[in-house]
Amino acid sequence: MTPVVRAGRIVPVFLLAIVVSSSGGQGHSNNSVRLYDAIAIVVVAGAGLVHWLVTKWALDGATLRIESGLLRRDARQLPVARIQAVDVVRPFLARLFGLAELRIRLAGSSSSNGRLAYLSDQVATDLRARLLATHHGVDPDTPEPAQELVTKVPTDRLVGSVLLSGGIVFVPLVIAVVVLVKVSPTAAVVVGSAFVTYGIGFAQGVWRRISTQYGFTVADAPDGIHISRGLLGTVAETIPVHRVQAVRLVEPFVWRLFRWCRLEVDVAGAAGREAGGGRSATSTKALLPVGSHEVAQRLITTVLPYAQPALSPPPPPARWKAPLSFHFLEAGHNEVLAMAVTGRVRRTTTWVPMVKAQSLRRIQGPLQRRFGLATVHLDAAGKRVRAEFRDRSVVEADTLIDELATFSRAARKEEEKSRALPSVATAWERPGARTGNGAGALPPAGWFADPAGRHDVRYWDGARWTVHVRDQGVASVDPS
Amino acid sequence: MVDTPTDPRWLSPSSRLWKMRCLEAGVVGSLVALIAGAVVAQKGAAPGLSAAGGTLVVTALALWFLRRRFRSWSYQEREEDLVVRRGVAFRRLSVVPYGRMQFVDVTAGPVERLFKLQTVKLHTAAAATDARIPGLEPGEAARLREQLASLGEAKAAGL
Repeated sequence: MTPVVRAGRIVPVFLLAIVVSSSGGQGHSNNSVRLYDAIAIVVVAGAGLVHWLVTKWALDGATLRIESGLLRRDARQLPVARIQAVDVVRPFLARLFGLAELRIRLAGSSSSNGRLAYLSDQVATDLRARLLATHHGVDPDTPEPAQELVTKVPTDRLVGSVLLSGGIVFVPLVIAVVVLVKVSPTAAVVVGSAFVTYGIGFAQGVWRRISTQYGFTVADAPDGIHISRGLLGTVAETIPVHRVQAVRLVEPFVWRLFRWCRLEVDVAGAAGREAGGGRSATSTKALLPVGSHEVAQRLITTVLPYAQPALSPPPPPARWKAPLSFHFLEAGHNEVLAMAVTGRVRRTTTWVPMVKAQSLRRIQGPLQRRFGLATVHLDAAGKRVRAEFRDRSVVEADTLIDELATFSRAARKEEEKSRALPSVATAWERPGARTGNGAGALPPAGWFADPAGRHDVRYWDGARWTVHVRDQGVASVDPS
Repeated sequence: MVDTPTDPRWLSPSSRLWKMRCLEAGVVGSLVALIAGAVVAQKGAAPGLSAAGGTLVVTALALWFLRRRFRSWSYQEREEDLVVRRGVAFRRLSVVPYGRMQFVDVTAGPVERLFKLQTVKLHTAAAATDARIPGLEPGEAARLREQLASLGEAKAAGL
């Protein structure tokens, strides 16, 4: 089946070419054009077939081997111990034939990630479960642990939110066109055609967002947050909680009337929309494309298991420096978390855990100096990922720089200490759990004997103990 | 935050950076003055001279600003992080923990090479990190790079 799907991506283009050439062809050239098209299709299908024939995979104990390539053989060894997440992607055509693609993301570099396309649905699901079970050091035939459904975005809300976030521009435009038609029909034709062009672009954007985020389901599982989404092609992905660099809550103006919000996370080393110019592969992912504040709050506490800091507004002179955004400006921090609110029309709240802070910046423009203000940025990995303490008083900014530096240093130290901890945990680990993991490397996530002693095993997420426990194979939750 | 410019722990770029800026501004300024003068001189000698003179005055003002900007650069190696301060109108202060450095870049452009100067730039996983120190003597740049690299390795922590 694979060669058909692989070629299928290109086939529609050729079908279109055939339709165009046969309708526009002038008799004599018609046959030869069709011949070329036929040859092209055969070549593409043949390439797909060859690719399928030369691609092999095998899971032997601790490594997944993927071999591919006809001329340049590419053999890839993926150590199961280093697996961060296994995503199941089903493009539309593959889905029609009951096929799926596995994307295996490893810790560390994003270039060494593995793709396995295409497997039948059943094989893909089985292999995923097997990989994760092996990774966690339990019997490979163990089914995936239970996941707790957090929310499913209803279709009407998704469509409404997408239309509202862009469609509001149409209202004044429609009024303008109507007025123009009354005044001067010729001008209306010009404006109307521009309007139609914009409309097509808008419709494409709407379609893209709805088709990728249709049926958005969020679930909480021991190895991270599980997301599945998609209308024609579907994606099932996992966001490992300890890879989250920052969390953003976005509330566009119109959405606020419905008390809706969007939740985004920046994930390090994940495949997807690259935001760091390739060097630091950080990608932004929607954790909740549209939802209520209650659901967002629940997800935030899952992703950032810290105490929330208290927020405070900037001093009154900031009103003169930033008259359009003063009403939203707020910021606060505690030992583990920085939180800042910015925005003029669209309210954006950003959380950056101290552990993930990359650098600190204090900026003071001429206007800010005039009013005795300064802005402090806490940068996290990524392109524009930061908590902005905007327009704080100079005295506060100076203490902020000192405090944030101290807190993030302490948080880093704490993290290093907790990383040393699993060397104790290895004493409990099941045999074979850590094959392929060199000495001194980061201990992999997995199920280990519960250090609290109340349950059989407890999940270690690679950085800290989680609340997920298991007794005789039954998963449950115990916050300790 | 230590904020006294006389604090001995704050280091500054080499004074050759100022000479380099003078040369750059001087060359660009006199070229623009020459062209502006030549173009306006077609309307008469007096307007041409005043145009050239005006451009030179602007260049002098730019030099005054560049002088202040050159003086604003300073950096300090603290126990856990590197602090870089710069800017006249927009004053910036960057704090980069050694443990967060991904790599250190040492570059020298053609003009910089002429003056035997080097620029050291620190990279972290955050693209916004703008810790850059221009106009360092090669010896100081090498020392800083070695120092930062060893400290970065000692305190490195993953994402």
